Amino acid sequence: MTSKRSFAEKLVVRIPYAWLLVFFLVPFLIVLRISLSQPALAQPPYTPLFNLLAGWHGITAFFGALSLDNYALIGSDPLYLLSFVKSVEIAAFSTLFLLIIGYPIAYGITRTPRRVQALLMTLVMLPFWTAFLIRIYAWMNILQHDGPLNRLLLALHIVNTPPVWLASDTAIYIGIVYSYLPFMVLPLYATLEKLDESLLEAAADLGCPRSKIFWEVTLPLSAPGVLAGALLCFIPAVGEFVIPDLLGGSQAPMIGQTIWTEFFGNKDWPAAAAVAIVLIGLLVTPIVIFQHQTMRAVERG
Amino acid sequence: MRKVSAFNLAAIVLGLVFLYLPIVILVIYSFNASHLVAVWGGWSTRWYAELINDVPLLDAAFISIRLALVSASAATILGTLAAVALVRFGRFRGRLLFASMIYAPLVMPEVITGLSMLLLFVAVAIDRGFWTVAIAHTTMAMCFVTVIVQARLVDFDMNLEEAAMDLGASPLETFRAVTLSLILPAIAAGWMLAFALSLDDLVIASFTTGPGATTLPIRIYSEVRLGVKPEMNAVCSIMIGVVGLAVIAASLLAKFNIASGTPARPQQKPPDQSLLSAGGRNR
Repeated sequence: MTSKRSFAEKLVVRIPYAWLLVFFLVPFLIVLRISLSQPALAQPPYTPLFNLLAGWHGITAFFGALSLDNYALIGSDPLYLLSFVKSVEIAAFSTLFLLIIGYPIAYGITRTPRRVQALLMTLVMLPFWTAFLIRIYAWMNILQHDGPLNRLLLALHIVNTPPVWLASDTAIYIGIVYSYLPFMVLPLYATLEKLDESLLEAAADLGCPRSKIFWEVTLPLSAPGVLAGALLCFIPAVGEFVIPDLLGGSQAPMIGQTIWTEFFGNKDWPAAAAVAIVLIGLLVTPIVIFQHQTMRAVERG
Repeated sequence: MRKVSAFNLAAIVLGLVFLYLPIVILVIYSFNASHLVAVWGGWSTRWYAELINDVPLLDAAFISIRLALVSASAATILGTLAAVALVRFGRFRGRLLFASMIYAPLVMPEVITGLSMLLLFVAVAIDRGFWTVAIAHTTMAMCFVTVIVQARLVDFDMNLEEAAMDLGASPLETFRAVTLSLILPAIAAGWMLAFALSLDDLVIASFTTGPGATTLPIRIYSEVRLGVKPEMNAVCSIMIGVVGLAVIAASLLAKFNIASGTPARPQQKPPDQSLLSAGGRNR
């Protein structure tokens, strides 16, 4: 490519760039700004953002009005802390379960003939395309008190009294594992599928037992896929709203629910913004690692 | 030769059962004649028949489809431009920020995206409604489109373009006749993914919507929050059927591989690493 680009070529960059600046970056700066303002009984319910007409006075007023009260509130009210801890805990354990369940599936698929592999991966990804909300709703059906799962358990005499599934953390785990499974299998499959078979054969020829080959060759070589799958599941799971709201109980909400309630229920927009900023702060490291990995993976082809 | 062990087979079968059984159960229950969701009262299509009279629900479905058409199309144009910029324009100024803004929304929790979009619309005092949701969905979906198209462009044989230019085609003609036609399946896959994402989204739409723009997921959510309802089983089954058929039909027509979001490659190549494409999300 030459360094001189036509006007049309410049537009190819500038149109999507401008769109993302206006609708992705600027909104974050606004969230940051509102998290530093006071709630007000007004519409919109926070103190004014800035007053350009007021000139220098407006600028000093802008900085004078900044307040850390919302962050102090988050720090002092154990409800927020509990909510953050619970979200990270649920996301971390879900990611672990996803790895344990997803790895054998991805590995199994790579053992099948090539043509079958394509079909199987299509089957794994297909549920992703069908509505997410509906798949969670399907679990409300299954997990309800006299639903199919409890009837099956009763019929098989595994339990004598039907256990309560809905409104529990167990249901949240089931929901997250179920809906994120394709995202875990996909990157794992992608790395396992490219694994160099001759390394495994070499290990076997040298007398290494099968289980040892797995732990010392296969697993370390698939580390990039494990990392990618874990990030892909962990990051959105921390901020999950629909799954805990429909399947979980009302005791300790996850952080996504807390933002939702602050916003829609309590109408405390600055507090919701501050919780969102803290959540971004929490996730910024995994997000940057994810971006870096994606950029490298996509650009390598 | 590789062998599929019993363990491998069990993992695959159990995995697929886990993924599909809940959907199958939902569809079966939608044909339950009984008013009590958990009691089986024989086969019936009464809940499907009752849907026809549910005007608010039909309105919401109509809004959702229009919304998905608009935002998927806008996202496809913007996402394709972004992919071309990232792959073909080398290291332009601000590229790192640009790439970051493309990849971050792929994993950003929806609650945050929704909240920040809404606060933008409020700050500039735009009335919320159909178009604000459309803008929000476009922004979220364009990043998925970019990743899919980008994976295809990276794979692309540049010699084809050079050949076209050598034969006297202008850059624009080359782009139209060679580049565009080769990445078209990826663009189609991107459009479908964007459509599905928009049709499906509850959280971002809830934040950015306004009067008169209640989408189908918002409607379904408000109905099912407090429990399972037979009519909702029917609506959900229809949605699964429509989306499922569309995806299968499109994949047969476009001959692209759903699992990879990229066109079927020559047989010697494995079914693909540009994974994320499908899930949109990446390794």
